[in-house]
Amino acid sequence: MLAVEVEKRLGDFSLAVSFKTQGGVTAVFGPSGAGKTTLVNMISGLTAPDRGRIVLGEKVLFDSSARINVPPHRRQVGYVFQEGRLFPHLSVRQNLDYGRRMQGLAPEPAEMARIVGLLDIGHLVDRRPGRLSGGERQRVAIGRALLMRPRLLLLDEPLASLDAARKREILPYLERLRDEVGVPMVYVSHHAAELRRMATSVVRLDAGRVQAVGGSELLDRADADAV
Amino acid sequence: MLDLSPDEWTAIRLSLRIAVVATAAALPFGIALGWLLARKAFWGKTLLDGLVHLPLVLPPVVTGYLLLISFGRRGPIGSFLADHFGIVFSFRWTGAALACGVMGFPLMVRPIRLAIEAIDRRLEDAAATLGANRARVFLTVTLPLALPGLIAGIVLCFAKALGEFGATITFVANIPGETQTISAAIYTFTQVPNGDAAAARLVLVAIAISLAALVAAEWLSRRAGMRFHGE
Repeated sequence: MLAVEVEKRLGDFSLAVSFKTQGGVTAVFGPSGAGKTTLVNMISGLTAPDRGRIVLGEKVLFDSSARINVPPHRRQVGYVFQEGRLFPHLSVRQNLDYGRRMQGLAPEPAEMARIVGLLDIGHLVDRRPGRLSGGERQRVAIGRALLMRPRLLLLDEPLASLDAARKREILPYLERLRDEVGVPMVYVSHHAAELRRMATSVVRLDAGRVQAVGGSELLDRADADAV
Repeated sequence: MLDLSPDEWTAIRLSLRIAVVATAAALPFGIALGWLLARKAFWGKTLLDGLVHLPLVLPPVVTGYLLLISFGRRGPIGSFLADHFGIVFSFRWTGAALACGVMGFPLMVRPIRLAIEAIDRRLEDAAATLGANRARVFLTVTLPLALPGLIAGIVLCFAKALGEFGATITFVANIPGETQTISAAIYTFTQVPNGDAAAARLVLVAIAISLAALVAAEWLSRRAGMRFHGE
């Protein structure tokens, strides 16, 4: 489904990662500075690897030997950022609709209603992002990424900026997403507890290298949360 | 109390037309250059930045003279534009608009550049992952977020264009009905006997227009700023 084999050097830090996943929720787990964000940025197309190959389904997103580097706007890879990154000049509704508009897709009110219902953000749609709480903002960011009809959803520490109560508020929505939406996800976190509830497979990353690939038992053995 | 003569009305209308045209014509260049200076590193950037700001520090007469020898009838650019496109600047109101645009340009570029520099580029990345190509990212994210700077740049350029005197009179002289703006008319009235009352009336008009522009700018940028924070 998703096959990644990339190398990247950034100053003193070097990243060489290779893994394959078969859909579901792939947890990318590791301490801060392991290269998790760099890795998802490469999958999204925001950062180009020095060498390697990224394939999503049938589509080659990046291949250094074939000189293929599909730009982010043509990858159809949804990205939920740690800080939400909602557009402050647009309403929540316009934020949610942005991906569809930019891709020139026809409006799908039913899909919009389904996602808005799933994330419980119906009462927020006429507000500006500046008036949302942290948890609401992240739910809208998830909705925005889903409504662009992604072939893959990247979540980069989507709960990191939230306090414990807000985290408990969002996690059930993410679980519903996994169980009901069926979009494959790459879920980045350094929190084992959070991933234990979400992950179907785990890639453990440290210092730019894959330490282990497997199931959620990898989360039990070591907690990367050494911060 | 303001009983304006037809000549004075002509000068006011002309001033407004020149300032509006100068600002509108400068805007696309101002946005392009503001973006270039904010985002790109290239050879000669400092030089370009200096050239743009030159009209701000040069004596306006010098700027007017440079326009005259380059955009005048016999100037290299002026004769080219006249021969190939039929565009004539010398001793026309279009020339006054050119002079005003050049003088106002540095005041327009600076706030636009600062506004673009202040934009969180991660929002542009987010837009790209949502399927927006670079042009659309610019139109739907960069430009709207730079709006307060755009408004400030437009108003400053407009105000400068409205009051411009030295470069304009040097380049296109002081022809009533063609190049005689409010400033030039005030100057003319102060040079003739009994012109004081007319000069005073135009001075009041100039103050009124400038104040209105400032208030409008303040209101617009407040609204633009509010959109980011409120509903």
